[in-house]
Amino acid sequence: MSGFRVQNRGLIDRHKTLSFQFDGKSCTGHPGDTLASALLANGIKIMGRSFKYHRPRGVWGAWFDDSNAIFNISLGAIQLPNCPAATTYLEDGMQARSVNTFPSARFDIKGVLDWFSPFLPAGFYYKTFMRPNWHLFEPTIRKMAGLGKLDGNIIEEYQSDQIHQSCDLLIVGAGPAGLAAALSASQKGSSVVLVDDHDIAGGSSYQQQSNIENKPASLWIRDQIAAIAGNGGRILLSTTAYGIYDHNLVALIQDSGFGHAPRLWRMRAKRILIATGAIDRQITFANNDRPGIMSAVGALEFLGRYGVLVGKKIALLSNNSHTQNTANLLREAGAEVETFDTGDNSPVAIGGKKLRALNIDGKSHSCDVILASGGLTPVVHLWRHGGGRLEWNEAIQAFIPAQATTGMRAAGAANGIYELDEALADARAAALDQPSPKVQSAYQIKALLPDINSKKRQWIDFQHDVTVKDIELAARENYSSVEHLKRYTTLGMASDQGKTSNMAGLAVMASLQNRTISEVGTTTFRPPFVPVPFELYRGVKRQQLFNPPKRLALEAEHRNVGAAMGEYGGWLRPAWYGDDDPHNTIRKEVISARTHVAIIDASPLGKIEIMGPDAEKFINFVFYNTLTTLKPGKIRYALMLSERGIVYDDAVITRVDQNRFIISCSSSHVEGVNNALEGWRQDGNDPDRIFVHDTTQNWATITLSGPKAGELLSKLDMSIDLSPDAFPHMTFRQADFLSVPARISRVSFTGDPSYEISVPTLHASALWSAIAKAGKSVQAAFIGVEALSILRAEKGYIIVGKDTDGETMPHDIGFSQPRLRKESAFVGDRALHTHAANGQNRRQLVGLMVKGNECKIVTGAHLIDQSGSKPRSIGYVTSSYDSPTLAHPIALALLENGTARIGESVAVWNQGDIRQATIASACFYDKGGGLLNA
Amino acid sequence: MQQFPCPFCGLRNEQEFHFAGEAGKTRPDTMKEVSAEQWSAYLNHYNNPMGKTCEIWVHLPCQEYFVMQRDTVTMEVFASEQIRKDLK
Repeated sequence: MSGFRVQNRGLIDRHKTLSFQFDGKSCTGHPGDTLASALLANGIKIMGRSFKYHRPRGVWGAWFDDSNAIFNISLGAIQLPNCPAATTYLEDGMQARSVNTFPSARFDIKGVLDWFSPFLPAGFYYKTFMRPNWHLFEPTIRKMAGLGKLDGNIIEEYQSDQIHQSCDLLIVGAGPAGLAAALSASQKGSSVVLVDDHDIAGGSSYQQQSNIENKPASLWIRDQIAAIAGNGGRILLSTTAYGIYDHNLVALIQDSGFGHAPRLWRMRAKRILIATGAIDRQITFANNDRPGIMSAVGALEFLGRYGVLVGKKIALLSNNSHTQNTANLLREAGAEVETFDTGDNSPVAIGGKKLRALNIDGKSHSCDVILASGGLTPVVHLWRHGGGRLEWNEAIQAFIPAQATTGMRAAGAANGIYELDEALADARAAALDQPSPKVQSAYQIKALLPDINSKKRQWIDFQHDVTVKDIELAARENYSSVEHLKRYTTLGMASDQGKTSNMAGLAVMASLQNRTISEVGTTTFRPPFVPVPFELYRGVKRQQLFNPPKRLALEAEHRNVGAAMGEYGGWLRPAWYGDDDPHNTIRKEVISARTHVAIIDASPLGKIEIMGPDAEKFINFVFYNTLTTLKPGKIRYALMLSERGIVYDDAVITRVDQNRFIISCSSSHVEGVNNALEGWRQDGNDPDRIFVHDTTQNWATITLSGPKAGELLSKLDMSIDLSPDAFPHMTFRQADFLSVPARISRVSFTGDPSYEISVPTLHASALWSAIAKAGKSVQAAFIGVEALSILRAEKGYIIVGKDTDGETMPHDIGFSQPRLRKESAFVGDRALHTHAANGQNRRQLVGLMVKGNECKIVTGAHLIDQSGSKPRSIGYVTSSYDSPTLAHPIALALLENGTARIGESVAVWNQGDIRQATIASACFYDKGGGLLNA
Repeated sequence: MQQFPCPFCGLRNEQEFHFAGEAGKTRPDTMKEVSAEQWSAYLNHYNNPMGKTCEIWVHLPCQEYFVMQRDTVTMEVFASEQIRKDLK
């Protein structure tokens, strides 16, 4: 027991008492407390255990610069893991558990790991568990590692708001510098946003009990806030700027209280002012990780903000002038304080869980707390996120902001200016984008070189138990670049992100290599500056809003007749109709389509119109097949290739008239095809002579397919001659349907006669009703996408991207002619004549058959060649179904040299099982094609 | 998140754009003999400079392709202009 609450200090509300538990022990605190300050006030010093050796840890800093105290916290039904104790505000009824400890932080069973520490140096795990195989050890090691535990419960309504805003000037940090800057800029009419991660503005001003510009600090702060607000400036408290991204986008996380999702602000700022202040650097000495050894600035924060004195008998160890007043402030609050200069001495902390003394210069000084101040360190993380450079300032022994990127400045302590008046002048100049005034700094600091020869353990990274010896080992094994050092030793990883450990680590490396700290350099600073929950990025983008499907104009009609809807290529479409067993339902739908007639909503099919005097030349270039010979009123199947000669999409192309075509591409490729068309149109052609217009969603399309398709169509009274001679397969007609224009394409995706009827989307419902009504007399059935997939596979019609892959060229799927004969240039032409394209063992589309009583082959199964010493994959199954029409299973596959092997048998491998299938042509239904022309 | 100036719609977020290629590349005339090396260079060889580049991008909402000059290191955008010169 050493910390305690003092009277008349701090910003907490002493009228209210909050109860909470820590590792099962009951404690109290006040509104305004963090868990760390409340625990210190309750005399609790051990708040966690280190990651590797499970050494006891107390808090080092009072805010984001503490990575020792990390808790699992429950409040009511809500439990959150990995809450930093120093930045989580206390609420009544909280139950906090230190992470990675059992049964408690104070008595942790795994503390015995520390006994083995001589055998567990940096890189131990890498070296030891390499052989025979890391995966043997991984589960056990993972169990021992890690921090908090998720309880698995989903918190209802835990949903982050995401707000996008912009401003002229974003100021990060509402300390004296930030406030002064915000007021100056807002007076000039700039739109100013000032953010601070605390719930009260004022920054470091609560540490020193001094005046600001001849006013008591609290009064000065109040006046600034009122004036900024009066000028229209905005102040966001409890809001942390955790990352600066390209083009001055600043990510802000606004705390909403425990258990409530934080809010994300994406703030686009014309200018950014970094006024993030400075934190204390640790001192590297023997046993410097003991609970009770804290940052001197942190101790003043605990006193100034929370009214907590961290100890009764304090040893203050410092190498700099900033702590001159610290001892007095602590004494005034009631502590006994002895001050020590780091000098050339090598101090040693004496004590275990309880600190007993500081040994220095051969003398022992009893104490319960050691405050260590290794020098102020500007918080430059955001500066580096934003692309600003750093330079080493020898006088203040710190990296400070140097060359900036457009629109970014730093001011005050973050800029290495620690005296209040100078910092205010610097901030005001920065706010108005004027040059900084020259500063003569009174701050003094002695360079701090760690004793690298000491036999005792000196700690660099408290969270990961990285010691001077580990860094020495890394340097010896040539991991001397800071980036290697970090990864080899885990120095500065996880929630610390180098905030406390970075400078100490660099100093050790510099000493080991006889280099300066600036030569060693820093590791890369990356967002986020503080840990943020994934929810922040998710917000409302969940379920359907994450990836909204396109909806059919006829969705209500489909649901009325019992459609089971599913997502296909970005569209919500009927998968099948009815509530019965899906397998049987789909089978029945296929049989209805083959024996009578099927009604299919084909509205998602692409309808991209190409118009203009150069339209013919253009599509003849963009598509693989020759289209100059296509006559008006006729339809042709065509492939679109990439410039690499790979099949990108297939489409049926209708020539409406001389200068007008409709490209009916795959439903899921409409955007891609449209983009490719626009790309070629604008970059390489005269865009005044070609127009590309995607009308897919302007037209609803219903397909009638089956032996009675013509009979059903004739009942719609569109007065067109449907006889096969007058309206043959692959032709197009325009008609009237109830006085609106209708387009009818006789084109088939099933192998049976089919008519695709399109009307303007507004009239979709009328067409649907008319077809449904007329369909009754011909036993028409609504069928979904699943049945359609089977129908097309029976006929051997491919789905590009399913039955083709990133290597499939047109001659692999049976379209060889244009490659050899087309007389004009087309996209991908040269690529069809490369060495690879002419290869002997190309994978070609084939069908596979097994006996009727066997089960179907698994899609994705490998076709293998067993003739060599080891089996080799020579292809795979792309589509596989039980064919209701043929009463046996069928499959499509891509197989090396497949067309030459039709009739042969091939071994099919799936998860270790091997069976035989017969290679067949890819068409199983109406091979002659006679039905299409009926 | 960068912001790019579409010559037609103004400054918009990077998400609305697609990279379409390096500016100044010409498709070989495939009606003449094109060597494998020439074709490969057309498909695969990008200068990918560190620093100033000139690229073709497309702004997806308006579907216009345009030329943009930018710096791949500092992310600074210098200028964007429509591919069609005659509209000026």
